[in-house]
Amino acid sequence: MTRYSIFQLAAKALSGHKGWETAWRDAAPRDGYDVVIIGGGGHGLATAYYLAKVHGITNVALVEKGWIGGGNAGRNTTIIRSNYMLPGNTPFYEFSMKLWEGLEQELNYNAMVSQRGVLNLAHTDAQRDAYARRGNAMRLQGVDAELLDLDAVRRLAPFLNYDNARFPIKAGLLQGRGGTARHDAVNWGYARAASALGVDIIQNCAVTGFLRDASGAITGVETTRGAIRASKVGMSVAGHSTRVAAMAGLRLPIESHALQAFVSEGLKPIIPGVITFGAGHFYISQSDKGGLVFGGDIDGYNSYAQRGNLPTVEDVCEGGMALMPMIGRARMLRSWGGIVDMTMDGSPIIDHGPIPGLYLNAGWCYGGFKATPAAGWCFAHLLATDTAHETAAAYHLDRFATGYLIDEKGQGAQPNLH
Amino acid sequence: MLIPCPYCGSRDIGEFVYRGDATPLRPALDAEEAGPAMFAYVYLRDNPAGLHEEHWYHAQGCRNWLVVTRNTLTHDIPSARLAAPIAGGGSA
Repeated sequence: MTRYSIFQLAAKALSGHKGWETAWRDAAPRDGYDVVIIGGGGHGLATAYYLAKVHGITNVALVEKGWIGGGNAGRNTTIIRSNYMLPGNTPFYEFSMKLWEGLEQELNYNAMVSQRGVLNLAHTDAQRDAYARRGNAMRLQGVDAELLDLDAVRRLAPFLNYDNARFPIKAGLLQGRGGTARHDAVNWGYARAASALGVDIIQNCAVTGFLRDASGAITGVETTRGAIRASKVGMSVAGHSTRVAAMAGLRLPIESHALQAFVSEGLKPIIPGVITFGAGHFYISQSDKGGLVFGGDIDGYNSYAQRGNLPTVEDVCEGGMALMPMIGRARMLRSWGGIVDMTMDGSPIIDHGPIPGLYLNAGWCYGGFKATPAAGWCFAHLLATDTAHETAAAYHLDRFATGYLIDEKGQGAQPNLH
Repeated sequence: MLIPCPYCGSRDIGEFVYRGDATPLRPALDAEEAGPAMFAYVYLRDNPAGLHEEHWYHAQGCRNWLVVTRNTLTHDIPSARLAAPIAGGGSA
């Protein structure tokens, strides 16, 4: 893999930019590998990279039914943050945040990691108290958090609607180290680095079933490009977890839901960081191309359609207008959807499957993108050592049976409320 | 998406609240294997890609619970019926 650098840029420019190598090998499947990873999204690609880089396991195939990064990894709103509250979650997301901070140097790839700050707005005294509690929980666990009063919020974001009698802005919880990263670049950066270490990235290869031995253990996958043997198969397929698990006869505590996202026409810089509305589900940032990237709630019903419906579009836009009416005349350029794995407690699963040979990375709800580096690291750790990484120790599949739920929102066994 | 409510006719989903899969049946607590059965009832779901029978509550309409058959891949809704039969013999 040729290192990207200013010297390479200059040298290639002299030859008319004709000498660049493809960023990763478009590999053809072999008969067998040590590990097969199902799913070429951010998590699968990061897992492949860390298996090779950290554990020296390079005889790895990653199979992706379409093109890498074509699923949720290419559809999210690019926000990265570690402002969680519960002890089962905070160390994991902070571990991910620290990996984000070193990622571009690690991968030799410009992922446009921009720590521009994530500001959660509070609109009632009770909400401010709840944010104070969350901020303190963050600080106790070593994560940066600041509780801003009204004047401080006004200095940071003067363009918000401070005259809104219905949703007055009272305070804000700021994580200064949070921000955004360019999702496509994250996928490509991990793919390039993993491929260079020997991982076979196999696109247009859909898994259609599992190979099993006489005891029922998983010994590989059947795919549209042939059978591939492996002693360990890790599935990392976001909203398709149920469908792949069903091929092994498993039912999961998951509903697949539609999450929409939106981008506006390009505008001059008007929104410096990531801002979230506290009285409705709306979050927004501005990309370097100038488009406002925003989103809100999941649509709320089971869906594999990769698109949502109008009531949610209206709801999201109403939230935006309540918060920052200045965006009202901007045109929406594009909207799309992803398929998210909503679990029964709103928290993810990184665990051995109940069947030997099968490993699960699932249940990421609408929070998978920020978790990309840590999910990859922890899933690789599990695949390589058969033990849970310390930051992911609570993400067991059996927690629903044992009662060790991680319910940040306190909504219970109703996936569409998490 | 438009839901063909048996009472109100074809209405936008904005009038409804979604509950989830209508097929799980609450097990009797005194049954054999009630523990695993209750666990499956509360937590495990088929979550199919394709036709799905699901509960929607017509909150801003007739306030009936409906069982709606909907395709989760296309969002097409071929049919909907009342979740509970009407006392007195009527049905939808």
